[in-house]
Amino acid sequence: MDITSSRSIPDVPTRETAFERPNYLNAEYGWKSWLFTLDHKRIAILYLFSVTAFFALGGLFAGLIRLELLTPEGDLFGPDTYNRVFTMHGIMMVFFFLIPAIPAVLGNFLIPLMVGAKDLAMPRLNLASWYVFNIGGIFTLWSIVNGGVDTGWTFYTPFSTTYSNTYVVATALGIFINGFSTIFTALNFIVTIHRMRAPGLSWFRLPLFIWSMYATSLVIMLGTPVIAITILLVAAERLLHLGIFDPRLGGDPVLFEHMFWFYSHPAVYIMILPAMGVISELVAAFSRKTIFGYRVVAFASVAIAVLGFLVWGHHLFVAGQSAYAGTIFSVLSMLVAVPSAVKVFNWTATLYEGSVSWQTPMLYALGFIGLFTIGGLTGVMLATLGIDVHVHDTYFIVAHFHYVMVGGTIMAYLGGLHYWWPKMTGRLYPTFPSKLSALLVFVGFNLTFFPQFILGYMGMPRRYWSYPPEFQVLNVLSTAGATVLGVGYLLPILYFAWSLKFGEKSGDNPWGAVGLEWDTPSPPPTENFYVTPVVTHPPYTYNREEVHNRLTQEANFG
Amino acid sequence: MKSTFPLFPDSASALSHDVDALYAAWVLVSLFFTVLIAGLIIFFMARYRRRHPEEVGQKERAALWLEILWSVIPLGIMLVMFAWGTRVFFQLYRPPADAVEYTAIGKQWMWKVQHPDGQREINTLHMPLGQAIKLKLASEDVIHSFYVPAFRVKQDVVPGRYTSLWFRATKTGVYHLFCAEYCGTEHSRMIGSIIVMEPRDYENWLAGGTGGKSMVASGSDLFNSLACVTCHRASPGITQRGPSLEGVFGSQVKLADGRTVVADDNYVRESILNPTAKVVAGYDPVMPTFQGQITEEQLTQLISYVRSLGPTGAAPAGGSGGTPTAGTPAAGGASNTSSAQMDANSPLNTAGQTTGSAQKPPQK
Repeated sequence: MDITSSRSIPDVPTRETAFERPNYLNAEYGWKSWLFTLDHKRIAILYLFSVTAFFALGGLFAGLIRLELLTPEGDLFGPDTYNRVFTMHGIMMVFFFLIPAIPAVLGNFLIPLMVGAKDLAMPRLNLASWYVFNIGGIFTLWSIVNGGVDTGWTFYTPFSTTYSNTYVVATALGIFINGFSTIFTALNFIVTIHRMRAPGLSWFRLPLFIWSMYATSLVIMLGTPVIAITILLVAAERLLHLGIFDPRLGGDPVLFEHMFWFYSHPAVYIMILPAMGVISELVAAFSRKTIFGYRVVAFASVAIAVLGFLVWGHHLFVAGQSAYAGTIFSVLSMLVAVPSAVKVFNWTATLYEGSVSWQTPMLYALGFIGLFTIGGLTGVMLATLGIDVHVHDTYFIVAHFHYVMVGGTIMAYLGGLHYWWPKMTGRLYPTFPSKLSALLVFVGFNLTFFPQFILGYMGMPRRYWSYPPEFQVLNVLSTAGATVLGVGYLLPILYFAWSLKFGEKSGDNPWGAVGLEWDTPSPPPTENFYVTPVVTHPPYTYNREEVHNRLTQEANFG
Repeated sequence: MKSTFPLFPDSASALSHDVDALYAAWVLVSLFFTVLIAGLIIFFMARYRRRHPEEVGQKERAALWLEILWSVIPLGIMLVMFAWGTRVFFQLYRPPADAVEYTAIGKQWMWKVQHPDGQREINTLHMPLGQAIKLKLASEDVIHSFYVPAFRVKQDVVPGRYTSLWFRATKTGVYHLFCAEYCGTEHSRMIGSIIVMEPRDYENWLAGGTGGKSMVASGSDLFNSLACVTCHRASPGITQRGPSLEGVFGSQVKLADGRTVVADDNYVRESILNPTAKVVAGYDPVMPTFQGQITEEQLTQLISYVRSLGPTGAAPAGGSGGTPTAGTPAAGGASNTSSAQMDANSPLNTAGQTTGSAQKPPQK
């Protein structure tokens, strides 16, 4: 490829010339150009590899869990191994996949593009965050290799501080380190969104993905320090026997639960808010219509971020918290459901009189809306005191949060990846396998987790290595579903890899979408835009002469 | 015990139907909204499917009334469900006045249950049909959770404090008892059975058991053997190092620092384990701690005894001999012979037997 000559034509691109133009992928070669890059797009790709690896690992642990639960007796491995496996599944998925996935991959790649900036405000901090993330991950992996940890991802005291004989501190330190990478990323996003918006890009012209990433970043900045402090206190009690949580040393175990959930409940919104942002982008792009109630959806993100800090006590309804505290947390938890419900209604209303395309990213997005609806409604059920007493710590909870985290966050992440894959790589993936993957993920997911609602109401507690025989049929269904889900997740890895070499070239804007990120070539040049864009419209304005002309032109052209 | 493929749990307590009704209502609401959203999505997908590649959607027709409508309706439904759920919760939370107090102590990985008349069991709780039972819960190590799905009740068992839950069985049978809070290696083996019997069968069962001293009698033994009695003697008029405990339980206690606390289970517990935390006004903080010297079971026995000294009628659930079950001749007759069988390794308890003459279960 003749790079030097192609550099001289930063001109209007066509499908044929797209790959000869300089872009962030062909700007430099060699491993150093990746490991020392300050380009947000390359860092996003680095993160893509890291989180995919952690996701695969977490998925492997999930597979082992489901395999063990095929039969009522614990027969695949012993209880100590099982406890380590579900603990590592939770830790890998929550801290090393769900929290970073959308912000660090899609957010890193898209925020500068969407605000019309050359890069994030602090590129070095961005690269540092990736290194810190991996160091944290390696710490945690090291503890697995050395024998693992068996406290559950929740690290409840005094089990974690006094009774567990596993690598609690090493694992928790990994999470502590990882927290800094999350904070770096969030800080970078906040500064970028405040300071680096293109001319004309006022707050209410920002894409909703930016709004939700902004709300997420605020939650990260305010919440993560609390989990860091909590981890340090656990380490202090475990190593130095300072009495903080263990009553034998004069501590209070419920204090730990308060501190843990003061972060970890907002962390749920750290995981779901970015997903909501992605869904807003997808629904708008594949309906070719403005999101219904744009401002309402934008403010709903902020409302969720704020209210999300006031509901942690709903994890403690049966923990020995006062009944009156429980009552207040119950009603506050229901309030936070209102902005979530409003979003679902607005997305659905967006389809009305839209031009609805059934392409793969949209299938993922619509799947998200359905699954998130169920996840949200069961969440409100759990906030209802009289029900939570019975189903707390059963498979009902497990099913609920998987509907939100897997049915929500992972569906949105995959949908986003399918939508922006041509932007990131300049390639198209094959249509049929990708639609098949969306279908398999949706069906497999429901088959895996719906039976768990029934199991939970029947009373099967979570984190059980063996269980009474009457629960077996539903567990077998769940394991069967997990197999389908596993295939659904494997397919994208295969065809995305395939597309890098063999995929059809995508052109700059294969979806005919509007948005600053589509106003620049795919893949974008290192500096993102040849000319600083000037924004004159609110986002998602498809009903415009120029958009119509462009789409017609492209339709005739190809 | 059950069919091989049940889809709904047994209902066997006075409140399980209330919980089920609340749940059923929520399931209907959820079903309605899920079908509504899914139906609309599928309809719009088909109705507004893109026919030509250059097609775009219609201009948005913003509608504030819609936004208000779909904020207010869910909010209204949730507030109703909140009120209903809270009502059920307080019913689950507050034991009725006729509840009899049993004790369950969780430890890795078993449940130790003690009946008011002293009968003990491990991982099993026999109980009479129709009788409200209040379970006082304590943990010897980590957090456990006492969970009986058929009764729709669950309560975490937290080390360092007492929690409690209550239930009234309405159907005889054998029901699962689970530990619901992850507690280590054998968490999934920390299970047992709740055996609900006709009251008559229950009494027969008690009669055939090993019996044991009642909670209060054992507590009284401990009160002497641990020498609590030296300072907390009930001898009005004489200056002593500790306050008399007559009539204290359940009353307001004035502390040296000016605060007032209610002398409940957790206060008495703290005063035994950490005596300097809340010193009664007028006394010096001279009491030694009993932390590490007495077991959770002994603590509950001591507290039962202190409660039995409380103001008139302060022990509705204390099992002070006035309960329907403890009054059976069999249980009473066995009480002095086989006490402390399960605590044979405890020096404190055997010492207690030597001073057994001092025991005087405070019958009213």
